[in-house]
Amino acid sequence: MLIAGASLAGLRTAEALRDAGFGGRITLVGDEPHPPYDRPPLSKQVLSGWVGADQTELPALRAVDADWRLGAAAADLDLAGRSVGLADGARIAFDQLVIATGARARPWPVAAEAALDGVFVLRTRGDAAALRARLAARPGRVVVIGAGFTGCEVASSCIDAGLPVTVVEATGAPLLRALGDTIGAFAADLQGAHGVDLRTGVAVAGFEDDGTGRLAVVVLGDGARVEATVAVVCLGAAPNVEWLAGSGLAAGPQGLLCDSACRALDTAGQPVAGVFGAGDVVRIEHPRFPGEPLRTEHWGAACEQAAVAGANILRADPDLRRIDALPAFWSMQFGACLKLAGAPERADATVLLQGSVESGRFVVGYGRGDRLVAVATVNQAHWLSFYEAQIRAGAAFPPTYRRVDAPISPQKELAS
Amino acid sequence: MRIAVDLNRCQFYAQCCFLAPDTFRLETEQVLAYHPQPDDGLRETVVRAAAACPTQAILIDYRDVGP
Repeated sequence: MLIAGASLAGLRTAEALRDAGFGGRITLVGDEPHPPYDRPPLSKQVLSGWVGADQTELPALRAVDADWRLGAAAADLDLAGRSVGLADGARIAFDQLVIATGARARPWPVAAEAALDGVFVLRTRGDAAALRARLAARPGRVVVIGAGFTGCEVASSCIDAGLPVTVVEATGAPLLRALGDTIGAFAADLQGAHGVDLRTGVAVAGFEDDGTGRLAVVVLGDGARVEATVAVVCLGAAPNVEWLAGSGLAAGPQGLLCDSACRALDTAGQPVAGVFGAGDVVRIEHPRFPGEPLRTEHWGAACEQAAVAGANILRADPDLRRIDALPAFWSMQFGACLKLAGAPERADATVLLQGSVESGRFVVGYGRGDRLVAVATVNQAHWLSFYEAQIRAGAAFPPTYRRVDAPISPQKELAS
Repeated sequence: MRIAVDLNRCQFYAQCCFLAPDTFRLETEQVLAYHPQPDDGLRETVVRAAAACPTQAILIDYRDVGP
């Protein structure tokens, strides 16, 4: 049994396999030299300095008795020969394979600029340690490029540390792409209230150095020049699928395609015997959201997919387990707690379900046609399970059930 | 010792913050910060906090649980 990837999904898959009674040999291969660690603390507790980047190791939930091959990335897959080549030249034979190689931060696209001293990404433990060390040296203004979840959390941690922050976001508001305009407008106001210099609707044109290879100026597309010695590039993550090229699996820039039983699919769309996928690398057919497969990068999805893949390795049709949980995630930033359940990427409209944006406590519903497909809560986490049940029950959109508060704004078109 | 909090489950009852304040902090009404690697001396309080969590959101390494 070979598990390619030694992060959350890889570790939990190994545990699920042992839970299911698998008694054979398990080998885990990881590109990083560290045992599995947890990423959510990296952008918050680690950047604040409370927690060391090396203090984020994931708790093991049971003994897995595995062989760990850390520090050597999977480099190629020979499906017919049932073996995986590693970056260090070794080859590991397998009977069954779980692909859990995760994703990596998308770097700044101009390599010479990305290499400047002071330009960071945040994805790994090493990234977090390096950025924390620079922030602790009081660098002055920090420019955060991209206001998705990671960018917003980095900006929040920098503000907490008393550093001046400029956030540059190409769309009209933070979090807009993921969560639509109601939460986007709220997030923009929240950043403003915390002193962030937020620039929306503008891209970064490039970086200039001080003549010695250190970042000095971030140049925006509108010609504005922001003097800064630190820029954090938060442009999302790309699935680590390159090593699967030519293997016959349906892997591409969008991820490795898997069915709802976490079985990897080949280029003809058929499940490949004994090959599974879990975590940020996969695009998965979700039984509750037919149509385009979902790639979510959610912590909870990695856990569920690992449990399903681990269980299914010892099962066959028709006893296969299927993923079932609604996609769900959280983000904490600028003192606010955002939680989401469902698939907002499927929505074509939103409605304020309860509370008010002004109060900072509200719930937004996302609809596709006449069905509720997702809900986001802001400082109303205790309401999420109620709405999850509504989504699962196929509740009508806009909702017709009795609500605590009537919506105070009309239905809005969701920004693209 | 090693822990993690499943913040999908957490509903900010803050029992952990009362029982193990060195490890769990509520920064605002619904923002929980926690230390993923508490000192071994805090083990008893952290295990107690995990047991008291109404949503059972605190995961503890199996080697750190029990006697």
